[in-house]
Amino acid sequence: MPLPGIATLDVTENTMILNMGPQHPSTHGVLRLLLEIDGETVVRMVPDIGYLHTGIEKTCEAKFYQQVVVLTDRIDYLCPMTNNLCYVLAVEKLLGMEIPPRAQWMRVMLNELTRIASHLVWLGTHALDIGAMTVFLYCFREREEILRIFEMVSGQRMMTSYFRVGGLAMDAPLGFFEKVKKFVDIFPSRVDEYEGLLTGNRIWIERLKGVGHLSAEDAIALGMTGPALRASGVDWDLRRDIPYTGYENFKFKVPVSQDGDVWARYVGRVRELRESIGIVKQALEGMPEGRIKADAPKVVLPDREKMKTQMEALIYHFKIVTEGFTVPAGEVYQAIESPRGEMGYYIMSDGTAKPYRVHMRSPSYANLQALNKMCEGRLIADVVAAIGSIDIVLGEIDR
Amino acid sequence: MSLSPTVTDLAQLKDRPAVARLMAWKSEAVQGAKFDRDELSIYVGRDLIREACALLQSDAATKFNFLSDITCVDLYPSEPRFEICYHLLSHTRKERVRLKVKLAGDDPSVESITSVWPGANFFEREIFDLFGIRFEGHPNLRRILMPDDWEGHPLRKDYPVEGYR
Repeated sequence: MPLPGIATLDVTENTMILNMGPQHPSTHGVLRLLLEIDGETVVRMVPDIGYLHTGIEKTCEAKFYQQVVVLTDRIDYLCPMTNNLCYVLAVEKLLGMEIPPRAQWMRVMLNELTRIASHLVWLGTHALDIGAMTVFLYCFREREEILRIFEMVSGQRMMTSYFRVGGLAMDAPLGFFEKVKKFVDIFPSRVDEYEGLLTGNRIWIERLKGVGHLSAEDAIALGMTGPALRASGVDWDLRRDIPYTGYENFKFKVPVSQDGDVWARYVGRVRELRESIGIVKQALEGMPEGRIKADAPKVVLPDREKMKTQMEALIYHFKIVTEGFTVPAGEVYQAIESPRGEMGYYIMSDGTAKPYRVHMRSPSYANLQALNKMCEGRLIADVVAAIGSIDIVLGEIDR
Repeated sequence: MSLSPTVTDLAQLKDRPAVARLMAWKSEAVQGAKFDRDELSIYVGRDLIREACALLQSDAATKFNFLSDITCVDLYPSEPRFEICYHLLSHTRKERVRLKVKLAGDDPSVESITSVWPGANFFEREIFDLFGIRFEGHPNLRRILMPDDWEGHPLRKDYPVEGYR
């Protein structure tokens, strides 16, 4: 019996099909690729996805608005905070809600830490794919620090679910900002370490330069977003161009390269690491005081002290937890710049306590379409470099 | 920030570039428009969606050069049952627009826009897979997330969330 999907490739006399994955270490999860090869040259590539499909969009329709936050962590396990943020922003837009500045700044700070953590996993695994084992260990050392910061603030290392519709779950604990400060101080020198291992490394340069080329026109036509789009010469970053959650208060550069190859994507992401730590630093220095939740008693859970002293607060708490909160009917599309590109949530509300439809526009899903273009006519060994360079997460692709 | 009232009157939205351009091209292309929560939605005629996309993509006044997303909503049991939403983005004008197409429940199909944006490929396949909507002219309309031999379309509202059918 032919493998599913193979029938779509008509093999000529000179070519054969090579099946790569779904259990291949360099496919970053359960991605299966069907490569039509002529000798060692890739003629065509067909990605086969869906192995991790868990129907999260369907599940969302059966949950209260607040319960969905927990599901958003699980679609992209490497950047839970950005997914939480995009979802809560979309619901807040539906509600027409104003978020206090302190919550916004905390969100920006944690988002940038998430970006760093995600880029570190990318850098480590990308290097591992290409054969540089050491970098992985260094990257995970710093990622561990970030996960400890997450654990401190949210109680969880990975599935944080820290953002709430209307603000944050709770204020930062004692000693939190000192811990972040310590990380901000050491991190730039750690990036120098990674660069010392890779940027001047001749094998690394040979494997990356000129590989997996993608032009700006192709990148736009294929729906590419994020660092990979910027590496192809398109100067576009949602944080700067369509700011959300207070990004307009921060100064940062958007690294753009004209080369469009794997090397450009590597350089761009490493520069993003440095820009992100700069944003975390600005957020630390300018962190406003004040509330961390919006003043909306019907949506936001009341403070614990109030619950112990005021009957009304207790009633609201009970109502929100048992019945959820209702959202006015309407539809929104909210997009943010996740570490991988444009993460978008389309939410339609019918006025009840459960979303009528939640759609996740995941960046990896769209970016994966460009893979064929990058690998056509290149060697099989370059496929591994190209996959690493678009930084896909399969949980997000399959949802 | 309180919610501003939704504008659904086409006459009030006529000066928006995307609406104006589509109206100037073919007045029957725009079936309605809505401005809600700072987002513009335009209902486009089913047979004109590909041309409308191509027009908004290339026109100098609109320049919606990027396709962010395509998705679908099942409004079961009301008719027309399906609404396809195309989210377009303009990199130069930093603006978004949502085009919507209404599709009837029996044999829903619409023209594919993969010839305008090749990146629509996966999005349309996903909608085909999960909603059962056919995209005419799609180069490879197969299931993408569910197994090839799956029966039914899970994101339809008459498909249960749990248990067997």
